[in-house]
Amino acid sequence: MNLSMLLDMAADAFGERPAVSCGARTLTYGELRLKAHAVAAQLKGGGFAHAALLDTNGLAAPATLFGSAYAGVPYVPLNYRLTDAELNALLSRIAPAWLVTRPEQLARLALPGGITPGDGDQLPAGGADTPVPQAPEDPRAVAIQLFTSGTTGAPKAAVLRHENVMSYILGTVEFGSAGAEERALVSVPPYHIAGISAVLSSTYSGRHIVLLPSFDAEEWLRIAADQRITHAFLVPTMLVRIIESLEAAKAAASLPALRAIAYGGGKMPASVIARALQLLPSVDFTNAYGLTETSATICLLTPEDHRNAIASAEPAVRRRLGSVGRPLPTVELEVRGESGRVLGAGEPGLVFVRGGQVAGEYRGSGSLLDAQGWFATQDRGWLDADGYLYLEGRADDVIVRGGENISPGEVEETLLAHAAVADAVVVAIPSEQWGEAVGAAVVLRPGAQVTAEVLQQWVRERLRSSRVPERVLFRGELPYNEMGKVLRRVVRAEFA
Amino acid sequence: MRAIKPGLRLKSAVCTTEIMVIRAPAGEVRLDCGGCEMLSVTESAPAGAKLEPAHAGGSLIGKRYVDAEERYELLCTKGGEGALSLDGTALQIKQAKALPSSD
Repeated sequence: MNLSMLLDMAADAFGERPAVSCGARTLTYGELRLKAHAVAAQLKGGGFAHAALLDTNGLAAPATLFGSAYAGVPYVPLNYRLTDAELNALLSRIAPAWLVTRPEQLARLALPGGITPGDGDQLPAGGADTPVPQAPEDPRAVAIQLFTSGTTGAPKAAVLRHENVMSYILGTVEFGSAGAEERALVSVPPYHIAGISAVLSSTYSGRHIVLLPSFDAEEWLRIAADQRITHAFLVPTMLVRIIESLEAAKAAASLPALRAIAYGGGKMPASVIARALQLLPSVDFTNAYGLTETSATICLLTPEDHRNAIASAEPAVRRRLGSVGRPLPTVELEVRGESGRVLGAGEPGLVFVRGGQVAGEYRGSGSLLDAQGWFATQDRGWLDADGYLYLEGRADDVIVRGGENISPGEVEETLLAHAAVADAVVVAIPSEQWGEAVGAAVVLRPGAQVTAEVLQQWVRERLRSSRVPERVLFRGELPYNEMGKVLRRVVRAEFA
Repeated sequence: MRAIKPGLRLKSAVCTTEIMVIRAPAGEVRLDCGGCEMLSVTESAPAGAKLEPAHAGGSLIGKRYVDAEERYELLCTKGGEGALSLDGTALQIKQAKALPSSD
């Protein structure tokens, strides 16, 4: 089993169809396979242990992803936003490696030993004389290694094996199911699991991928209109910016081809998705919840779930806009208490998952799955009576106030419901009396004015008194990473 | 007869069909394509192997093939003229389940 099989099948069945475009350049599935064969030949000739990519979205990303699979070498896309020192440290960990990148990236790096650079824009096209690689079939071989953005210490290297990635794609995508007119706009970076799974899913379904090198809302809207984009994946901050652009233009969105937007990679406020549904009524919205360690999506809130929620007067159905949906048919999910007991509907605890796509493994620390194959996501959440999962945040972010567990998400939602509040994040702050207490950093809407006392009273009226922020900081903006995740450790430091 | 397990890839002895095993319980079975036993990717077809007209219904790339109880599931990775059968019974195409695109 090898993920290059996805490209082989696509190239055999519809080799003349466009596979991937970036700017003015396009490769058909047949051409992408030839290019991947050429990459594999280079990798095999060089005796490399890894194939790294340090680049924005471009044709080099899918070519290196599939080329490394053909060669049986793990693919390691790197975050180009890291500092030079951070990148050099990661490169030292994967030597000997071939580094597919660009001259301007090389100029800033002092490459450690064992790293051989290659220009991503100059990858060979491959042709009739390119040797056809015999892809190794070991399902346990490592397909992809992704460095996670560790909050403390050195980044961990999450390992995805061919069997994990293939389990996800074969379990969720029907081969060749995309119509010839379907085009997916990919604006998540290639080092993110969503950027990788977008390429793999689109290849297997036969959907033409259009790559956006770096996200900008205006550019996204322009390309979506010009290229008649039908499908897209967005992280919450990207969707927020697109909505703001649409609202600022005060014109009906001229995106007649757009059918489906999937979103994930961070918490999406229910108010944002409600606005999106209003602005783009003909678009199907899907919430995809997943982790790097689970080879992408494990839960889906379907377009039908979205429409039912927005149309319902019943609070239990309506609140599902804030849920991440139900597990995939190929994934089992449980919520467990501190003691390990499986909890019932409405009881918050830790989210565990099991299934073929769940890798749950880091380089050097081995498998983190328990004896029965379950993986602790480190996310807290609860299931409703119909099996919809509601996330409350990372287990590490829970505030323990005098023995009582407080999840920041609940307090944040309440603050966000205040008319003056544009954004809010809640973190644990040190408290002599309680050990930890609630701290809130708040961004007000333009022109809005409100005091800390008013917000504290607002929370007190809606939640238990233990949830009331002991301190409220007002900020011009909150710190986010490029994938739209709020950096809680930075906020915590501001309270110290 | 051969033991098959998920991930195993086999090819037809009489046409271009190739499959990968997605699901299979333990034990040995006979997997045929076009009326002839399928081969591992490194084996070559026995002399005289030919497509039997009764088993020429064809296989389609990307389709999943299952037995009546869905205990076995194969993915056709290359289509061909031969039809797939398991222990003498024709395998059927499994209906696609429609999941919304999540990436």
